[in-house]
Amino acid sequence: MGQALERIAVPMLALLASAALFGLLLAIYQRVDPLEAFALMYQGAFGSWFSFQNTLSRAAPLILTALCTALPARLGLVIIGNEGALVVGGVAAAAAGIAAGSAPPLVVQLAMAIAAMIAGGAWIALAGGLRQFRGVNETISSLLLTYIAIALMNHFVEGPLRDPSSLNKPSTWPIGDANMIGPIPGTDVHWGLVYGIVACLICYVVQRFTTWGFAMQVIGGNPKTARMMGLDVRRYVLLACAAGGAAAGLAGMVEVAAVHGKANASLAVGYGYAGILVSFLARHHPLAIVPVAILLGGLSASGGLLQRRLDLPDAAVVVLQGIIFVAILASETLYGRLGRKAEAR
Amino acid sequence: MANESGGMKMIDKFNIGRRAVMGGAAGAAAFGLVGAAQAQKPLVIGFIYVGPRDDYGYNQAHAEAAAILKKMPGVKVVEEEKVPETVAVEKSMESMINLDGATLVFPTSFGYFDPHMLKEAAKYPAIQFRHCGGLWTQGKHPMNTGSYFGYIDEAQYVAGIVAGSTSKSGKLGFVAAKPIPQVLRNINAFTLGAQTVNPKITTQAIFTGDWAMPVKEAEATNSMIAQGVDVVTCHVDSPKVVIETAERAGIFSSGYHCNQAKLAPKGYLTGAEWAWEKVYTDMVNDMKSGKAPGNFVRGGLKEGFVRTSAYGPAAQGKDKADAAKDAILGGSLAIYKGGLKDNKGNTVIPAGTSYLITEPKLESMNYLVEGVIGSTS
Repeated sequence: MGQALERIAVPMLALLASAALFGLLLAIYQRVDPLEAFALMYQGAFGSWFSFQNTLSRAAPLILTALCTALPARLGLVIIGNEGALVVGGVAAAAAGIAAGSAPPLVVQLAMAIAAMIAGGAWIALAGGLRQFRGVNETISSLLLTYIAIALMNHFVEGPLRDPSSLNKPSTWPIGDANMIGPIPGTDVHWGLVYGIVACLICYVVQRFTTWGFAMQVIGGNPKTARMMGLDVRRYVLLACAAGGAAAGLAGMVEVAAVHGKANASLAVGYGYAGILVSFLARHHPLAIVPVAILLGGLSASGGLLQRRLDLPDAAVVVLQGIIFVAILASETLYGRLGRKAEAR
Repeated sequence: MANESGGMKMIDKFNIGRRAVMGGAAGAAAFGLVGAAQAQKPLVIGFIYVGPRDDYGYNQAHAEAAAILKKMPGVKVVEEEKVPETVAVEKSMESMINLDGATLVFPTSFGYFDPHMLKEAAKYPAIQFRHCGGLWTQGKHPMNTGSYFGYIDEAQYVAGIVAGSTSKSGKLGFVAAKPIPQVLRNINAFTLGAQTVNPKITTQAIFTGDWAMPVKEAEATNSMIAQGVDVVTCHVDSPKVVIETAERAGIFSSGYHCNQAKLAPKGYLTGAEWAWEKVYTDMVNDMKSGKAPGNFVRGGLKEGFVRTSAYGPAAQGKDKADAAKDAILGGSLAIYKGGLKDNKGNTVIPAGTSYLITEPKLESMNYLVEGVIGSTS
């Protein structure tokens, strides 16, 4: 019980400290009343039904891309190629959507999702494979793979898959309005949010209640011990990487099928990189990813209002994100200490 | 940024925001077109930029024009920068409409149009959306949307004359983002202008692959300087890197998007600039008089949509450039005329044909003219 409390209390403390520091910066450097800024941020992120939907729309892709870092992290890998997996997923989804064309929408959507998950999964499994079979650091290789992914996307979007009528913004052929996945009924938030939450729940259940999950935890704790116990470490690494990549690939499919209707350079707008941040802030816990993504979605939703009302630069929100990131990482040292005090009492 | 009275003003803005939200779309509509006469309610205009407002480039050109609108009576401008071309821009537009009461929105980046702006236009039929880029088509797109664009290749042509006159090596350089029609028009017009001074002049074109690639832009500029290029220009979102790199190497530069003379006090010759304030003040005046702004708005030097930067100290051939500018203003000069060959030897405009700047065929340009070193693929 004490431990569970600590898991919530420590990040909360870190968040409060970040907010205080950010408020101080605002007051000193921008001469803005911090309370007013926070009130605006609340208004922009959660203050009304519109604002909350704005936040959820921005959070949706982050939930999926965060899993790309979180799942391999369970095994002790640091994967940061989320953006690349999203991009290849998006392009694969568009290709599948164009190829499936006139089939019933549900079939087309399913084909797109599967293509995206396979492409994204294979992409990150490649980084996992390089680590397991060739000893290449997975952090570096997954990051570099992102550049290759973007180059490949440009190749396909400007070459084989290009709609010749997309003159000044090269894009693939559209997948067709009928094949788009609409918003969740009663909202204007797309289904990516539900996919993300379901994916997080599945990951949690697998990690918590299955032998697979337990095996992964053992490998994350000590791969040598795991090997001695007879666990096939390679298989689990590839599996976790593929699952993470599949989640990010699915985020790419959602971008194509729910937002753009085609694939183009707008796939690479940084959802993948933001996903890394979400995963670390959530300490790679699948259930924590959802609220953290909503928090970051809210920050980005409120950023516009800060710019418009207080004349703050766009960088203000980025600075706050940075402060939160550092504060959460620094707060890791608090674990155990708070608990001990509580026990002593 | 905010001053002492900032706090009071904020409270005021807050109230406007709340009222607009309560009024909902209907309320916003009322004071958009019909009730614009009510003087106490300002006309709220939203600007969205894809990059930073102070990029010395594409976004600054729009932001400078927005700053001029801010001085107009009864007008309130709200701005957001660095908004990506995805769900974020849809939500930014909605937020401006819902929370700030904006009735005219300018999403300024090319990629904001389809599907993002079109989606919002369908959702908020009473709000006017005008997009920079020239994609609007009668009958295909809703009437509360529209597009505006400038024939900036006219200004590039004039800048090319200055570049061609100033260059000693006869080698010009052009750092470009992507081989798309808008960019190719600029490279070709710049080269054709320079060739009127010296028919043998060449333009080395290097494509970086994307709109903001500072490292590649610097590499491209440096490699061109090493090859003997002595005037560079560019078509990327922010010309800052290219112009500064050129100045540091002691060669000349020609600007793009907005005036970069500050970055290169010695080597800045002239440049092709947007004059968006013309478009924006026209549209705002339309709104204030209760009319919807134009849906398909285009113009070049003559209409005042584009201009050239004031000549720098090193600029040569000013007379020729001024004469060409006058001829364009008078309608007696065609930039694209036959027989024109591309750099692979194919005739792209047959002899005896001359295109007006408004010619639709030019909108799908896919070639580089003779004298340009580089490839579109």
